[in-house]
Amino acid sequence: MMMKIPYYPGCTLNTVAKGFDVSARESALVLGFELKELDQWNCCGASFPLTPDNVMGLAAPAKVLANASSEGDVVATLCSVCYNVLKRTNKVMRDDRDRRREVISGFIEEEYEGGLDVVHFLEVLRDKVGFDRVRGAVKRPLKGIKAGAYYGCMLLRPFDDVGIDNAEAPVIFEDLLRALGCEPVEFPNKIECCGAHLAMGGEDIVTRLSSNVMASAAGSGAEIIVTSCPLCQYNLVKSRERMMEEGGDLRIPVLYFTQILGLALGQDEDILELGSGLHDIRPLLEERGI
Amino acid sequence: MKIDREKLHSPFVEQVERVSGEVFANCYQCGNCTGGCPVSFAMDYGPSQIIRLLQLGQEQLVATANSMWLCVGCLQCYSRCPKGVSAASILEALRQMTLRKGEDHEDVGGLPFPFLKDAPQQAIISGFRKFVS
Repeated sequence: MMMKIPYYPGCTLNTVAKGFDVSARESALVLGFELKELDQWNCCGASFPLTPDNVMGLAAPAKVLANASSEGDVVATLCSVCYNVLKRTNKVMRDDRDRRREVISGFIEEEYEGGLDVVHFLEVLRDKVGFDRVRGAVKRPLKGIKAGAYYGCMLLRPFDDVGIDNAEAPVIFEDLLRALGCEPVEFPNKIECCGAHLAMGGEDIVTRLSSNVMASAAGSGAEIIVTSCPLCQYNLVKSRERMMEEGGDLRIPVLYFTQILGLALGQDEDILELGSGLHDIRPLLEERGI
Repeated sequence: MKIDREKLHSPFVEQVERVSGEVFANCYQCGNCTGGCPVSFAMDYGPSQIIRLLQLGQEQLVATANSMWLCVGCLQCYSRCPKGVSAASILEALRQMTLRKGEDHEDVGGLPFPFLKDAPQQAIISGFRKFVS
């Protein structure tokens, strides 16, 4: 029987980032496992409370974890923010007895002691499937497309809580891209912030940070940028729109890593939601004969 | 700037320490946090400067600086701090103390429609958590 991994999509993948969700689910099937959406889930809260004093901020993610614990001993996520929030909350629920008590008795009214393993889909590919097996399943090698792996913040920091890879010099993304036939490109801003929630009211700063990321990638030779965070994607794309309105010229497409994965695994381009206009990678594929 | 012995441990300073869970005396002002901070260019005071002002009991300067509203919570400061201090937690404490007084930073009713229509939910929810009481 096909291996099933309980999967937490989160709000954004259920709405504006459907392409991220669909491409991951379909890719998983090709690789021999199913991402099985949790029967019960709610929003993770979209930001881990940075002060220990804010126990209420742990309630939503703790509820997600408590529900997920009835469906298995692991839960996989795709969105970097959900991953960060759930993984950090899980650590609090496991290691901090006092705060666990407060969360349970004050809010979620369900026993949960942090027994779950919160994993990112990238970790599933690296540790459960193995990048060699991914390489073996590639039907449409991406022929050296130069890809900038944009990690941003939430996938990596803080290292002591998240620990998916080295916080200053991660390689997990690049290793996957290499398995798909891309040529990963190192660029200085790959672990810098896109501007995050300043999308609300702080567009000027977002434009500056996100365009620095894109210019840094493009300046290092990247032809596409690959991300695992819908907020990074939004900030990059919106910043590019604002720059273009002001006469700037930055055409680099920004895609979810699962879209690139799906493409390499030979999935139908239509279900991958590869986008249109500036996001569209298809002209590049055509040019390379991919 | 007047440094007042009484204010070095004022209720405000103690409250920021309590809410943030950080000890200001741990910071020896190397400036790595401000150097790594992607938004320090726009802050009235960078993260290490905010901590210095708190060490000196400068409530007024800290409470009125825009720094807390600009912190993106990327944790580059904490990641690069040789002493394990999280400036992001200190800025979040300042934000929370303001919001808990009911002083919102963002007017929810005034958010532009295109943002509400296109933005990923996580932008809206995290924005509310950071800017609205």
